[in-house]
Amino acid sequence: MRFAVLQFPGSNCDQDAVAAVRSFPGASADLVWHKTNSLAGFDAVIVPGGFSYGDYLRCGAIAQFSPILAAVKEFAAQGGPVLGICNGFQILCESGLLPGALVRNRDLHFLCEHIHLRVETTATPFTKNARPGQVLRIPIAHGEGNYVCDDATLAELENNGQIAFRYTDATGATTEAANPNGSRAHIAGIRNAAGNVLGLMPHPERACDALLGSTDGRVLFESILSS
Amino acid sequence: MKAVVTVTPKKSVLDPQGAAVAQALAHHGLENIGKVRIGKSIEIELPAGTIDEARLHQLCRDFLSNPVIEDYTFEIVA
Repeated sequence: MRFAVLQFPGSNCDQDAVAAVRSFPGASADLVWHKTNSLAGFDAVIVPGGFSYGDYLRCGAIAQFSPILAAVKEFAAQGGPVLGICNGFQILCESGLLPGALVRNRDLHFLCEHIHLRVETTATPFTKNARPGQVLRIPIAHGEGNYVCDDATLAELENNGQIAFRYTDATGATTEAANPNGSRAHIAGIRNAAGNVLGLMPHPERACDALLGSTDGRVLFESILSS
Repeated sequence: MKAVVTVTPKKSVLDPQGAAVAQALAHHGLENIGKVRIGKSIEIELPAGTIDEARLHQLCRDFLSNPVIEDYTFEIVA
C-alpha cells in the first residue's frame, strides 16, 4: 500500500509519518510537495502535523488553498482514505473536508504530553482493527486543539457516529481533568459522514515504536493496511 | 484607499486570550468590566476605485475569517 505524506512549508511531522508507515511490512510512503496537483498512484493520504505557513491567519487557513488540497478533495470524494494528524486535522477542517474548527487551548498553553483517548467508532478504515471503547495512550503536541462546532453539527456528529476519539483518563472515563484542551464533548478526532476521512489532534505516528514510550498508535496503521 | 477587515471570535466561542486579558485588566484596577474579546485587523491596500464589496465579502467569508468560529466586518477608508 502506497501512502502519500503531504509536505507544506512548515510541516514538521512529515518525516515521523513516513518513518511510522515504513515500519509496517507492505507499506511504502512518499513525501508529496504541496504544489503537486495529483495523487495518482497513491492508496492513502496522510496530512501530517506541523505549522503549515507558520499558522499565519489561522492554523491550516493558508494550506487549504495549496494545489494539493484540490487533489485531496478529489481523492476523498472517490472514497480514498485520508488521515489528518494535528495540523493536518486543522487543515481538513479549514478546507471543509471535516466539520467544525480547532481553536486555542482552553488554558492557552502549548501541550506536549501523553494523553489517553477512547476509540468511539471502528467504522473507519483507520480504526477498524481497534476494539470499540479501546483506550489508547498517544502523545499530543498542540497549542490549538480545542475542537469547537455548533449544536447542530455536534448532534449530527453524535447521531452519525462520526466522533472517532474522545479524550479520557486511563480507565476510559471522560472526566473534565482528562480533557487537555477544552474540546467540545471531549472530541479528540472525528470522521466525515462517509468514514474515509479522519482527523485527530493526537499523534499516532509518534506512538509506533516502544522506544518512544507507546505503540498504541500502530492500530491506526494496521487498520488501514488490512482494509 | 484601503479595506480594513476586523475579525473577532464569535460570541459563542470561548476566547481564552480575551479572558486572560480581562483578568489582567482587573489586576490593573479596571473594575466591573465585561467580556474582553481579542480579534485581528487586516488592512488591504487597494488601488482607488477598484473596490468590489461583494468580492470582499466573499474573501472575508472564504479565507480571511472562518465562519465556524469568527465574525468579520470591514470598512473602506481613504
